[in-house]
Amino acid sequence: MVVYGLALLAGCMFLGLFCGDVLGVITGVNSNVGGVGFAMLALILISGKLMKEGKLSEKAQEGISFWSAMYIPIVVAMTACQDVASAITGGGVLAIIAGIVAVVIPLLLVPVLQKLGKPSDPLPPIEQD
Amino acid sequence: MDIMGIISGIMSSYGLVMSFAVVGVVMWISYGISKLTKGRIHGSAIAIVLGLVLAFIGGITTGGSKGLSDVSLFSGLGVMGGSMLRDFAIISTAFGARLEEIKKSGLPGILSLFIGVVLAFIIGVVFAFIFGYTDVASMTTIGAGAVTFIVGPVTGAAVGASSDVVAISIAIGVIKSIVVMIATPVLAKPLRLNNPKAAMIYGGLMGTTSGTAAGLAATDARLVPYGAMTATFYTGLGCLLCPSVLYLAMTMLF
Repeated sequence: MVVYGLALLAGCMFLGLFCGDVLGVITGVNSNVGGVGFAMLALILISGKLMKEGKLSEKAQEGISFWSAMYIPIVVAMTACQDVASAITGGGVLAIIAGIVAVVIPLLLVPVLQKLGKPSDPLPPIEQD
Repeated sequence: MDIMGIISGIMSSYGLVMSFAVVGVVMWISYGISKLTKGRIHGSAIAIVLGLVLAFIGGITTGGSKGLSDVSLFSGLGVMGGSMLRDFAIISTAFGARLEEIKKSGLPGILSLFIGVVLAFIIGVVFAFIFGYTDVASMTTIGAGAVTFIVGPVTGAAVGASSDVVAISIAIGVIKSIVVMIATPVLAKPLRLNNPKAAMIYGGLMGTTSGTAAGLAATDARLVPYGAMTATFYTGLGCLLCPSVLYLAMTMLF
């Protein structure tokens, strides 16, 4: 059933958010620390194990794949809800310059840090749909 | 009979369904424009820029802080693009991500997180200083804003910064996230942002989950799970370091 995939996804999300909240309390941050990241790790591990044992049906996988296909539309909806107007008009020159520099300098480090550790192969090209 | 009234009534009470239609139209237009450029500009990159433009128009016309979703007809966008569905969809992208790839970028991934947070903080502090904010609380808060727009106000509250400084810190974070959304697909090729490891390093260096998520989606959707995973740890690390270690370092320096 499709909903089994969604239930698995929901379970991983709660597990991850729980870990993030607990970590937040332990470190005294009082907010969720990396909950989504933990949830992603949980999904990779649990779904990988279920797939290996053949326990995750085609339909259940479709339930998860649907949401991952909805990801870009959801991100577009998210961008339409950002406070772009007050960031541009209210933050002034300081916000705009600092915001741009805070992107450009770290971006330049991406190829530098890539040289550390084992190399990773580029993904094969795909046709845009 | 007030036909317009009936229509707008349906549109605002079925907000989430309405948002599917709105986003569908935005995607259709964006992919149409992408075809006109012969696919040189990715459809999702155009959709994201269109989304930002709509957010700007919404913000200017309503004076609210939630972009287009402050217009009651489009309030459903706030549900569709809100943190619950966004995080649910981000997590779902991990389905099919390869654990070996994540293990490969263990050390550079963690390193990128620390470098990313500290570097963004320093950049913020330097610009705060140049623009005349020389007290430690303000500089720390503006530095934290350059980390992400969540870390800024969290730090501001902790170190007791004034509300206008907190507002600036949020603005820097939002601008950063917008610039990441637009700059990532443009710079992806020269920065060799074409493999899972690079995406994880990128997420760790840039943070700002919303920006990274959108920027990678516009570059190559298959990279999203890797970048999003490190990016979600970035905000947490920022909330941890800025009001504590980095604030202490600032009090010692100034």
